[in-house]
Amino acid sequence: MSDPNTEDAVFARARRGRNLLIALSLAAFVIIVFVVTIAKLMANGAANHTL
Amino acid sequence: MTDALAAPVLTAASWRDYLALLKPRVMSLVVFTAFTGLICARTAVNPILAGVAILCIAVGAGGSAALNMGFDADIDALMRRTRRRPVPAGRIQASDAVALGVILSLFSVALMGLAINLLAAGLLAFTIVFYAIVYTLWLKRRTPQNIVIGGLAGALPPLIGWAAASGTVTLNACLLVAIIFFWTPPHFWALSLYTRGDYAAAGVPMMPVVRGAASTRRQILLYSLVLIPLCLAPASTGLGGPIYLAAAAGGGTVFLVLAVRLARSQAGDAITQPGGLYQVRDASRPARNLFAFSILYLFSLFAALLIEALARMAPLGRI
Repeated sequence: MSDPNTEDAVFARARRGRNLLIALSLAAFVIIVFVVTIAKLMANGAANHTL
Repeated sequence: MTDALAAPVLTAASWRDYLALLKPRVMSLVVFTAFTGLICARTAVNPILAGVAILCIAVGAGGSAALNMGFDADIDALMRRTRRRPVPAGRIQASDAVALGVILSLFSVALMGLAINLLAAGLLAFTIVFYAIVYTLWLKRRTPQNIVIGGLAGALPPLIGWAAASGTVTLNACLLVAIIFFWTPPHFWALSLYTRGDYAAAGVPMMPVVRGAASTRRQILLYSLVLIPLCLAPASTGLGGPIYLAAAAGGGTVFLVLAVRLARSQAGDAITQPGGLYQVRDASRPARNLFAFSILYLFSLFAALLIEALARMAPLGRI
């Protein structure tokens, strides 16, 4: 039989890792949308300036 | 369905298991061919938006891979090559893999549509649906032509990259698709010749299982005879230059020699079961050689195109 305490620790560590991954993914999503918005605004600004 | 699919909700799956769901090695090849398509379009692209387009393609590829693993868990559990994947091994539930696949697919297509253009987003959506639904759920389990038709999904990334850069689809872009499309059958059938026992055990109707090894070897040679001239074509349409021509002609000659050797061999006649998965019997070695070289050949073709396109664009300040 495996030690329930050790098993709990393994599950807790795995859960922490998954939660961290979700947090990083959400942060990356926010950064990507922000960067894309700025890039699009700059591209549109450059086009209007040329006109 | 296997017992593995009824794994408890409480799971010790780590982030590495979720990464494995995205098939990172396949994803890297998809990214490489898509990036080549994007650069070969020879259009001035904002580097940030180009990066976002490649990210969308990578995430879309990962999403479709997760859907594939979720849907295929029952047959993956029966094959040595795939039984250690997170879902058949019981570390991740099939429904979780499918949920992750749907989320990543929706995210990648939506971002591609909003940030890049609708053509690229539409092509990406088509590719994901074609791979996850048409190939995985339908073709793979029903016909020995599964990887021929399903190969279209693997062939489309350079077209998506091209469309992301230019907003259009040209003949040269379609040529890149055709090269990967005709490369796929010799590549996968060579693999299936020496892993045929696995496919037979899982009930997957791969060509060697359904039509036999001799017929598969002949078809590999026929597809190779179509593939090599097709690979030379970009040199005549202006897409590829001298480096590409040398890679296509030199590599194509080796490819044909290996395909002829395979056609004359007895590879796949005896099912390889005992020993390690890639412990190939001497008789099946020609199949292994063609499989390994086919990867190198495709990589060298796209690398040559990429180098030449970058060299042309650098003096124009487009990169």
